[in-house]
Amino acid sequence: MQVTVTVNGVEYTGDVDTRLLLVHFLRDQLGLTGTHWGCDTSNCGVCTVWLDGTPVKSCTVLAVMAHGHEVRTVEGLERDGVLDPVQQGFVQCHGLQCGFCTPGMMLTARWLLDHNPDPSAAEIRAAISGQSCRCTGYENIVRAIRWAAEHPAAESTPAEEVAAP
Amino acid sequence: MTERSEVISQHSPPMGFGRMHRKEDARFIRGRGTYVDDVRLPGMLHGAVLRSPFAHARIVSVDTRAADAHPKVKAVLTGQTLAGLNLAWMPTLSYDTQAVLATDKVRFQGQEVAFVVAEDRYAARDALELIDVEYEPLPAVVDARRATEPDAPVIRDDKEGTTDNHIFDWSAGDKARTDAVFADAEVVVEQDVLYPRVHPAPLETCGAVADFDKVTGKLTIWCNTQAPHAHRTVYALVAGLPEHKIRVISPDVGGGFGNKVPIYPGYVCAIVGSIVTGKPVKWLEDRSENLMSTGFARDYHMHGEVAATRDGRIRAVRVKVIADHGAFNGTAQPTKYPAGFFHVFSGSYDLEAAHCEVTGVYTNKAPGGVAYACSFRVTEAAYLIERLVDVLAYELKLDPAELRMRNLLRPEQFPYPSPTGWEYDSGDYPRALRLALDMAGYEKLREEQAAQRERWAAGERSGTLMGIGLSFFTEAVGAGPRKHMDILGLGMADGAELRVHPTGKAVLRISVQSQGQGHETTYAQIVAEELGISPDDIEVVHGDTDQTPFGLGTYGSRSTPVSGAATAVVARKVRERARLVAGAMLEVSPDDLQWEKGRWFVRGDPGSGRTIQEIALAAHGNLELPEGVEGHLDATTVYNPPNLTFPFGAYVCVADVDPGTGQVKVRRFVAVDDCGVRINPMIVEGQVHGGLADGIGMALMQVIAFDEDGNCLGGSFMDYLLPTSVECPSWELGETVTPSPHHPIGAKGVGESATVGSPAAVVNAVLDALKPFGVRHADMPLTPAAVWRAAQGRPLRTDLAIT
Repeated sequence: MQVTVTVNGVEYTGDVDTRLLLVHFLRDQLGLTGTHWGCDTSNCGVCTVWLDGTPVKSCTVLAVMAHGHEVRTVEGLERDGVLDPVQQGFVQCHGLQCGFCTPGMMLTARWLLDHNPDPSAAEIRAAISGQSCRCTGYENIVRAIRWAAEHPAAESTPAEEVAAP
Repeated sequence: MTERSEVISQHSPPMGFGRMHRKEDARFIRGRGTYVDDVRLPGMLHGAVLRSPFAHARIVSVDTRAADAHPKVKAVLTGQTLAGLNLAWMPTLSYDTQAVLATDKVRFQGQEVAFVVAEDRYAARDALELIDVEYEPLPAVVDARRATEPDAPVIRDDKEGTTDNHIFDWSAGDKARTDAVFADAEVVVEQDVLYPRVHPAPLETCGAVADFDKVTGKLTIWCNTQAPHAHRTVYALVAGLPEHKIRVISPDVGGGFGNKVPIYPGYVCAIVGSIVTGKPVKWLEDRSENLMSTGFARDYHMHGEVAATRDGRIRAVRVKVIADHGAFNGTAQPTKYPAGFFHVFSGSYDLEAAHCEVTGVYTNKAPGGVAYACSFRVTEAAYLIERLVDVLAYELKLDPAELRMRNLLRPEQFPYPSPTGWEYDSGDYPRALRLALDMAGYEKLREEQAAQRERWAAGERSGTLMGIGLSFFTEAVGAGPRKHMDILGLGMADGAELRVHPTGKAVLRISVQSQGQGHETTYAQIVAEELGISPDDIEVVHGDTDQTPFGLGTYGSRSTPVSGAATAVVARKVRERARLVAGAMLEVSPDDLQWEKGRWFVRGDPGSGRTIQEIALAAHGNLELPEGVEGHLDATTVYNPPNLTFPFGAYVCVADVDPGTGQVKVRRFVAVDDCGVRINPMIVEGQVHGGLADGIGMALMQVIAFDEDGNCLGGSFMDYLLPTSVECPSWELGETVTPSPHHPIGAKGVGESATVGSPAAVVNAVLDALKPFGVRHADMPLTPAAVWRAAQGRPLRTDLAIT
């Protein structure tokens, strides 16, 4: 079936098997490998992306369900060469170790801050409670998101200052 | 002393040790890491494994005709196919054998039976459904305690002469002396303690991309392994390929925790698949496959006894263990130690004697045993002794903190020869415990609890009961001295290579492999500390056997103790070479030069000196060098540790337990860790945080249990529960620093400390809360059901299905 999906503001059209999962469409067909796959059962949340502005677990969304809709992935967090404050917060507060849950965590964090710009630690913990991290024990993720809340976009530094790989 | 959380200046990394943002973060926050499933090669095919639905069954027939006929299938491998190549069985890291694809029987649920190679991952899965396997089910051995009973079905009848499920007997300590202490002890307490089977469950599952080039004969394997060099050697032994024609690349690894040490059948199948099809083959297991078939941890059934005086002096500890190793003995640990370092179970206390006996058995469960940040079974040991101390406190009606303080080793006893043969390198245990108690406000907590219990006794029985749990642990990490420690004959020493380029920028090559520990940053900081080159100017290369020196990899908290030491030593070698070059540049004897970070200068004349960058350029230039100095600025080393390192810590957990529902809420967790010198305190604290969450998970929810037929009851994240952000409190960290006297920079390793130390603190807190119910012990995980049943006086057997 032919689908047209807008991902990070770019429109993609392609043929997909109707059973193809959105996570595999993003990773295997579009090459956007920043979205990870972890469990198949919507528990771990490493596959979290935005679908029309809401975080979803892309391992339990079919690619065809995204037809005509907008998806945002980790690759779409950095804008015009400027890192999202959430991305900076994760660096500042050591909010990541192996990096596997990080893209999903950051997308949920951005959604939270868009809806609640000054969340408490408890509100942050509730927001990310549908996603697992095996490395950080969550503490520094909470601090990273608080950091981002305290350093909104206008104050963010250009991406070059956090060295590109 | 306590944790700092200030923001670190991004623009000036420390010239050496200190808080510094991680170099690796730049790619990860952009979604630009390269994990194994991100590797895609031209023409790449996809593999999938057919697994056994039975725990124990004879294979009558395997019919692959329908799968072979699938238009997208390129190859189907079975046990028979591999047997024809002499690859149906492979060696394990414990000198046993393991089936790659089953030929005669399946021996655990989820065992590998066939492998399909197809054009895409969906087609490969489709084809698995087309394979018809006829099984003849056999009775399964599920309970390790009954595995050696005379009527137990024999699991390993593939091994000639095998008549039972016994693997090994092993002991440590002085039995006669221990028995003598017990014979005249004033008090003896004993307790059965189960450390149930758990799984490390990294969020990235295990996988590989194998690419065999028929023309060159070179096999390249991208595999998310923690031990790339050990893998290369084992592949050479298994597949008979020449080792110099094998390149193992371990890219970014999405968590390991010990799960990614072993060689799994899927890797071997991907290699065979590539050889057979002439194309690269990717294999990535799904979550159920990961939980059901790959390296589990623990499964130790322990019986511990403590001999003590009435006033609470612990004199001796005696332990018997049944160790469930699953269907194949596939633990990854030093050869001489089939129970790992379990014999560190005397813990942090000044004992007269200690003795343990461990019996390993086969069961119809997945193989493994040493994984999940366990430091080669120090986890089980620390949990046992810390539970036993609380059981003793319960019986003697003593405060658990006071009882510990009374028995802890004293600073002047180090280096301390333990009753089971270790030499603890350094420690100040009372200081760490005192700090933890102070941070927790221990006395105040006990007052709160006493008031609560009075209300409870007076009949006011609503709400939760608060419990305070302590644990004090001593780790044994950094394996290890090659004279005593090897895996599959490979000594546990690790290499390092350091090259300073003409412009003064450096490349460090190391054998260990990060799974999130931040090696690219930490090791650059070690070189910076030794040479005065900015960490920003040092590239750390790892995870590629063609690019790095040999070494055994990252597990058992060994990276900093072994490779960190190798890095310091190789940097010091470079510094000494630089001294000779500087002497030639300054036309003085090298003996007259003095080092300060970043430069050699003439002693007594600080103005006359050369920076490491100037020296590097000169070493590559036309400067006439002294006799015997080859030029350039580089060095290599192999570090053979003289001893293990012994990090330690004191933990206090405060939990609120609802005896009506069995629900546990961890209110606070105070962790004081002493891992010696901290290279990057930010990273150290992150390591501790993660381990503390592990402790919450294992103590309260994680378990791989089985039903009587051997069905795995933890095969998905809906069944195998991981702690989330709402079960974890905000960790309160403290630190003391007691450097290791034998490590070049005094560091001890920290990756597993919190996983080792925290489960006992959580369990002790829950059981402390249940004290009004007369509960002395209950086994992990303390789920609401387990807590409720314990409070009713009918504790659950948590490793078996509730029937």
